[in-house]
Amino acid sequence: MLRKSHTEKGKLVKRNLFIPVLAVLLAGVFPGCSKSPVGKEMKIGLITPLSGDVKTFGESVKNAFEIAIEEANAKGGVAGMKIATFIVDDRNDPTEASNAANLLINQHGVKAIVGSVTSKATIPVSDLAQSSRIPTITGTATNPKVTVADGKRKDFMFRACYTDSFQGTVMAKFSRDELKAATAAILYDVSNDYSKGIAEVFRDSFARMGGEVVAYESYGKDDVDFSALLTKVKAAKADVLFLPDYYNKVGLIAKQAKEKELKAKLVGPDGWDSPELVKVAGDAIEGGYFSNHYSPEDTRPEVVNWVKKYREKFGQTPDALGTLVYDATNMLLEAIQEAGSDDPVKIRDALASLKGFEGVTGKFTMDENGDPIKSAVIIQIRDGKQKFLQVVNP
Amino acid sequence: MDYFVQQVINGLQLGFVYALIALGYTMVYGIVRLINFAHGDVFMIGAFIGLYTIERFQWPLAAVFVSAVVGCTVLAVLIEQLAYRPLRHAPKIASLITAIGVSLFLEYFTSLRQVFGPHYYSFPRPFPVVSWHWYGILVTNIQAVIFLVTILCLLLLQFIVFRTKMGRAMRAVSFDYVTAGLMGVNVNMVISFTFGLGAALAGVGGVLYGIAYPQVNTFMGFMPGLKAFTAAVLGGIGNIPGAVLGALIMGQSETMVSAYLSSTYRDGIAFVILILVLLWKPTGIFGTSRTEKV
Repeated sequence: MLRKSHTEKGKLVKRNLFIPVLAVLLAGVFPGCSKSPVGKEMKIGLITPLSGDVKTFGESVKNAFEIAIEEANAKGGVAGMKIATFIVDDRNDPTEASNAANLLINQHGVKAIVGSVTSKATIPVSDLAQSSRIPTITGTATNPKVTVADGKRKDFMFRACYTDSFQGTVMAKFSRDELKAATAAILYDVSNDYSKGIAEVFRDSFARMGGEVVAYESYGKDDVDFSALLTKVKAAKADVLFLPDYYNKVGLIAKQAKEKELKAKLVGPDGWDSPELVKVAGDAIEGGYFSNHYSPEDTRPEVVNWVKKYREKFGQTPDALGTLVYDATNMLLEAIQEAGSDDPVKIRDALASLKGFEGVTGKFTMDENGDPIKSAVIIQIRDGKQKFLQVVNP
Repeated sequence: MDYFVQQVINGLQLGFVYALIALGYTMVYGIVRLINFAHGDVFMIGAFIGLYTIERFQWPLAAVFVSAVVGCTVLAVLIEQLAYRPLRHAPKIASLITAIGVSLFLEYFTSLRQVFGPHYYSFPRPFPVVSWHWYGILVTNIQAVIFLVTILCLLLLQFIVFRTKMGRAMRAVSFDYVTAGLMGVNVNMVISFTFGLGAALAGVGGVLYGIAYPQVNTFMGFMPGLKAFTAAVLGGIGNIPGAVLGALIMGQSETMVSAYLSSTYRDGIAFVILILVLLWKPTGIFGTSRTEKV
């Protein structure tokens, strides 16, 4: 014990010396580098899952990111700088995501990062970004721990989406008020921060609104057999089955639920938003409801323009995740413009003070935690297609 | 009551699939004293062969099973000849590490984009799902297919091991391979055959798994492989009925823990059972202790 505290103290002293020394050195090596950005290039990294269990998310995110950067470069760059990009695959794996962030920051020397996509991959990225002081914005990671850990704000982290607590509450309220559900069952992935976070919020809000949670069960990342859990849910006579997970797992569960002849209505969060969901689940997911960030059926000019632009380039309708990353990238670019340089601290300050930014997914104002205040939409799957149902304001 | 019976059926479905994989572990161990960690990945290849033959070629179910069996058998015999045979007389730890290497190779090689790719694929159902109600109990034709195919495989295996010349040779090699060799048994052939037979069962298991839990990826063999290995140890590794019993116990305990306790404890309790059985009987339920040969 005594020995341990000694080494800790030693480390502390070392670190205290290290940062000022580094700062002095850096100041000496790059005098006035950020003052004359004209003709310069700024490097921005994107971390996104291009393979693995959520690859459709990663692909649309990459497409959206590229559109935003191309537009900025076509206009002559941002704050006089051309934007160069580095895109890294994290396979939706926390370790890979951490490696990716390391690669971007220490090898490629990026000055800002967009990413990652899922919460479990973004949390390790956020820690690295914070300790390396690189302003980072995720379009899509909804878990509260992305921007705040143990009550402490990671002030270089931002996001362009609402958080799980909002999403879980919205779906609990929808289940109670619109679906008139008295009982709910929840199945969640215990190894996934996103899934666990929403499950907890849904459970608490559903109970607070007078409903009864009759089953609250978890499974592991690699589980594929849900027959025991679904038989349990069926016996508990749940009106709704809440599935806070990504489309692949949800599809698998939905399919088995149908075989077990479950009567419960299926309800979920934004992780359902993929054309793959219907492919995996078939008609088992028919009639399911989920919360999302925008609907391509919306008639606001920003949405119409964006959907047109994306369709022309990639031949398909953009999903919410890609759309959020388009907004996130544009917010970052606007912050760089405002900062007038690639100085990380200035970019951070510009992002933190962002107000009334008009994005495709709505109007953004950052709160003190770097989380935007904005509305959600609820979508139903009908005839294998996503149908816009209603908008829910915070 | 019907809730209990329903859960027993769920457990049987899982247990039968584990049994098909566990048999491969136990037979190979019975003969060469090697824990073939690549076995779970052979099972994965079986599932992928099922995926391609159903989705791309739309073959009938029987042809799907046959191609998975043939594919897995060829692969396992190749693995045995290339990776394990050169190490037959090396220390056991060398073969064990090679087995882990083969396992990782199969997982990561097949996840290359040029091979199967690093994605999750949904496994098509080769037949429409039909369910029967029977005193409040629900049975689907998927479960019926799993039960029938598994029992058929077990009977066939029993026949091969106890009623054929090759089976007798397998038992002889398992008992004492040096003496068996002196008696004119072609030991290398028997070992290759055993690997092939185990892999054939894993191939069937892979297709059944894909049908029951319709999603495949190149890392899908790891967890079922681990569970089936546990089942084989639980039943007494090297013992064929023991592997089946162990697999059924694993399937039931996982299901019952989810049904009556919490699913969070599921894997934990399955492994606690393993530890308890091994404390009480270190060779497993049906295992016989074997004195080290000089």
